[in-house]
Amino acid sequence: MIQIEKIYKRFGKNEVLKGVDLSIPQGGIYAVLGPNGSGKTTLIKCLLGLMIPDEGTIKVLDKPIKEQWKYREEINYLPQIANFPGNIRVCELIRMINDLRKKEGNEDFLVKLFGLEPFLDKKLANLSGGTKQKVNLTLAFMFDSPVMVLDEPTSGLDPASLIALKKLIRDEKQAGKTFLITTHIMQFVEEIADQVIYLLEGNIYYTGPLSGLYKKTGQNDLEHAIAAITTETRHA
Amino acid sequence: MLKILKYSFKDLMRSRWSYVYFLFYLLLGFVLLFLNNDLSKAVITLMNIIVVLVPLISTIFGIMYYYNSREFIELLLAQPLKRTSIFLGLYLGVAGSLTLSLFLGLGLPFALYGLFKSGDILNFSLLIITGSFLTFIFNGLAFNIAISNENRIKGFGYAVLLWLFMAVIYDGLFLLTLIVFEEYPLDTFSLVATVLNPIDLSRILILLELDISALLGYTGANFKAFFGTRLGITSALLMLMFWLLIPLWTSIKQAKRKDF
Amino acid sequence: MIRTEKHSIYIFLVTLLLTAPQCLAQIIEVCAECEVKNIQQGVALAEDRDTLLIKKGEYQEFNILVDKPISIIGEDFPVIDGQEKGEIFRIVSDNVRIQGLIIVNVGVSYTTDHAAIRVVRSSNFNIENNRFENLFFGIFLERSSKGVIKGNRIMGIARDEYNSGNGVHLWYSNNISVSDNRIEGVRDGIYLEFSDTIRIHGNESRRNLRYGLHFMFSNDNQYTNNLFENNGAGVAVMFSKRIRMTGNRFRKNWGPASYGMLLKEINDAEINDNLFEENTVGINIEGSNRIIYKGNQFVRNGWAVKVLGACYTNRFMANDFLYNSFDLSYNSNINDNIFEGNYWSNYSGYDLDKDGIGDVPHRPVKLFSYIVNRTPETLILLRSLFMDLIDFSERVSPVFTPDNLVDAKPKMRVVQ
Repeated sequence: MIQIEKIYKRFGKNEVLKGVDLSIPQGGIYAVLGPNGSGKTTLIKCLLGLMIPDEGTIKVLDKPIKEQWKYREEINYLPQIANFPGNIRVCELIRMINDLRKKEGNEDFLVKLFGLEPFLDKKLANLSGGTKQKVNLTLAFMFDSPVMVLDEPTSGLDPASLIALKKLIRDEKQAGKTFLITTHIMQFVEEIADQVIYLLEGNIYYTGPLSGLYKKTGQNDLEHAIAAITTETRHA
Repeated sequence: MLKILKYSFKDLMRSRWSYVYFLFYLLLGFVLLFLNNDLSKAVITLMNIIVVLVPLISTIFGIMYYYNSREFIELLLAQPLKRTSIFLGLYLGVAGSLTLSLFLGLGLPFALYGLFKSGDILNFSLLIITGSFLTFIFNGLAFNIAISNENRIKGFGYAVLLWLFMAVIYDGLFLLTLIVFEEYPLDTFSLVATVLNPIDLSRILILLELDISALLGYTGANFKAFFGTRLGITSALLMLMFWLLIPLWTSIKQAKRKDF
Repeated sequence: MIRTEKHSIYIFLVTLLLTAPQCLAQIIEVCAECEVKNIQQGVALAEDRDTLLIKKGEYQEFNILVDKPISIIGEDFPVIDGQEKGEIFRIVSDNVRIQGLIIVNVGVSYTTDHAAIRVVRSSNFNIENNRFENLFFGIFLERSSKGVIKGNRIMGIARDEYNSGNGVHLWYSNNISVSDNRIEGVRDGIYLEFSDTIRIHGNESRRNLRYGLHFMFSNDNQYTNNLFENNGAGVAVMFSKRIRMTGNRFRKNWGPASYGMLLKEINDAEINDNLFEENTVGINIEGSNRIIYKGNQFVRNGWAVKVLGACYTNRFMANDFLYNSFDLSYNSNINDNIFEGNYWSNYSGYDLDKDGIGDVPHRPVKLFSYIVNRTPETLILLRSLFMDLIDFSERVSPVFTPDNLVDAKPKMRVVQ
C-alpha cells in the first residue's frame, strides 16, 4: 500500500528524518509513535506531499508520489492542529471540501455522530478547540478512501466523542482500510493499534506488533516501554 | 484552479478588508470629483495617485492575505489538488478582488459624474488598465515575499521596503545617476532603467497619454523612436506583462518546493 | 483694425469707380481660341486700368512682367504653368489686381528667389483667391505697400529647407493686409522682414517645414485669429516692437526645437486671448520685456511658458494654465515678471472665503523643471513620487527657483 524508501529530510542544520524505510501493507491500524521531535509529523507530511523530502522515494499504491497530487484522492488526512479559515461557516467548509474532492461524502452521519448540528451555521473562528477537532474529524472521515492518516486524532475530544471515534476507526478498519495514526495517548494505542512504528531521532527504532515492543523493552505496558526506550537512548 | 479561485474570491468578498479597499477608492473618487468638479482634472490627479498607491495597497494586502490564509492553504494542500492550481487560484482571487474593488470603487463615482459622455473615457481606461497591472504585479511580488518568509513581521517589513524602493528610492537613484552622468548620452539608459521598475513603467504609460507634448521635446533618437511611435505603448505594455508573469512564476516555483 | 482693412478696400474701389469713366477701361479676353492667346500678349495690349479676363485653360508662361495698372482675373480658375522655368508674375506697377488663377510649377533656384507672384516697389495691389501649387516662393513682396493678400491657397510639398521657399514673403513692405489665406507645406508659411504695420488675420498656416509665421525686425504689426498648426518649429517672433497678437491658435507644434510661439527680443507687445494647445513649448520667451499676456489659454503643452534669459516687467494676467506638463519654467532664480489672477489646473490650494481666489499663493515653477532644464533626460521621471517630494520641499522653501515668483491671487475657476 505505502512504501517509504530512504527518506531524508532536514530543516537547516536539523536533520529530522535520516533515511526512514517503511512498508505498510493494506489493512490494519498503524500507530506512529516516538518522542517529541522524532519526526512523526514530518514523515506524515512527506507522505501527503505537504513537505518534500530531500532524498528518497515514497510510493502510494505502487506509484511514486513526487510532484503528484492525484494520489491524495486515496488518502484522508486529519491534520494535527485544526487550523481552518476563520471566517467561513462549518457547513460551508464541509460543502467546499465536498466540492473540491468531487466525491460523495457521508458528512450527515458524522455530523450526527459528533453532535455538530448546532454548530453548522457558526463561523469556525468561534468554535472551541474540541468542536474544531470534531469538524476536523468529520472532514477526514467524510470520504471513502483506502488510506487514513490521522495526526493526533484524540486531542481535545470529550470521552463520548473519543468512544465514537474509536468505534469509527474500528468500523473502517473492518472495511479494509489502512490507518496511520500518530498520538501521544498510549492507552488509545493499546486499545486500537495492530502495529506500532516507533520513530526515534529520525530513524525507525521498531516496527511490529505491540507485544514485540513490550518484549524488546522488557516492560508490559506501552507507557513504560516508551519511557524505557527514551531513557535508554539518553543514557547511551 | 477555478474552484480555488472561487473560494478565495468568496473568502475575500467576505473579508472586511476588501470593503475597506473598495470604500477607500469610492471615497477617493468622490472626493476628487467633488473638489475638482472637473472630470479631466480628477482623472489626471488620480493617475498620479494610482501609480504609487496601488502598489502599496496591493503589496500589503497581498502579503496580509497570504499570511491569513495559511490555514486555508494547509487545508487545501492535503486535498487532491495540484499545488500550482492552489497558489494560482489564491493569487488570482486576491488580485482579482483588488482589481474589482479598484474598478468599481473608481468606476462608480466617475460613471455618476458622466464619464461615459466625456472625452476622458480613454484616460480613465488607461488608468484602470495600469491600476490592474500594478495590482497583479505587486500581488505577485507580495506572494514571493510571503512564501519565502515564515516570519510575518519580517515579511511585512520586506513588503513595505519593496514598495518604498520601487516607488521612491529607485527614482531617487535614477535621478542621481542621470545628473552625475549628464555629459553622456543617457537615453538608452533612461529607457532601460524605466523598464526595470514596474511603477516607472506604468508612469511612462501615463506620460505617453498626458505628457506626450513634453516628451516629444526630447532630442535623443531612441527617445524619439520610443515616444514618437507606437513602439512606446506597445513595449511598455509588453514589459508590464513580463513584470506580471515573472513574480508569478517565481512564486509558484517557490511554492512548489516549500514545506508546510 | 478690421475696419481699417475694409476702409482701404473701400477707398480702392471708390478710386476705381471714379477713374473708370474717364478712361473707359476695356476687358480683354484671353483664351486658346481668342484673339489674345496668352497673358503676356494680353498685358502688352492692355491699356491702364484694363482687365485681362483669363478663360479656363492651361497657359504655359513664365516671367510675365506686369508693368501697368491692370487687373488679371481668372474665370473658372485657369492654370498658369511656369514649367519650373522661373518666376511667373512680376508686378512693378501700382494698382494691380491678380485674382482667381491657379499658378503652378514655379522654378526652384539656389541663386534667385523665384516666386509665383512677385511685387516690386508697388502699392495698392490686390492678390486674391488664387491657388498656388508646386511652388518655390508663393507671394513675394519687395519694398511694396498698401496691398491686400486675401483668400489664397498655397499648397507646397516642401521637403528640405534649403530648396524650399516661403508662402507669403514680405520684405521691406508695409501697410499690407494678409488675411484668410491657407498656407501649407512650404518653408515658412508667412515670413516678414523689416515690414511694419502689417495686419495678418484669419490665416491658416499648417504643416510648414519651419515656421508657420516668422518675422524679424518688423514693428507695429497685428496678428489676429490665425491658426498655426503642426509646423516644424511653430511661430517665431523676433526683434520686433509693439506687436499685438490676439485670438490666434497655436496647436500641435511638436519637437525638440518647436514652439507654439518663440519670442526673442520682443518689447512692448500684447499677447491676448490666444490658445496654445498641445505644443512641446507653448511660448518660449527670450530677452523680451514689457509684454502683457492676458486671457490666453495654455492647454496640455509640455511647457506652457518657458522663460530664458533676462525678461523684465512682463505681466501674466487672467490666463488659464490647463494640464500642462510644466506650467512655467525659468532657467534662473531671478524674477521680475508679474503673475496674477491666473487659473492653474494644478493649484492645490483652497478658497475658504469663497471669493473665487485661492487663499494660498501658487508657485508655478517646479524645481523639477529646473532639473529638466539642466539634464533633459530627467524628464522621464515626470510624475514620479520622488519628484513630487522634491517639488514639495522646494515649494516650502525655494532655493533654486525664484522665491518671489508666485501668483498671489490664483483663480479657483477657469477664466475663459
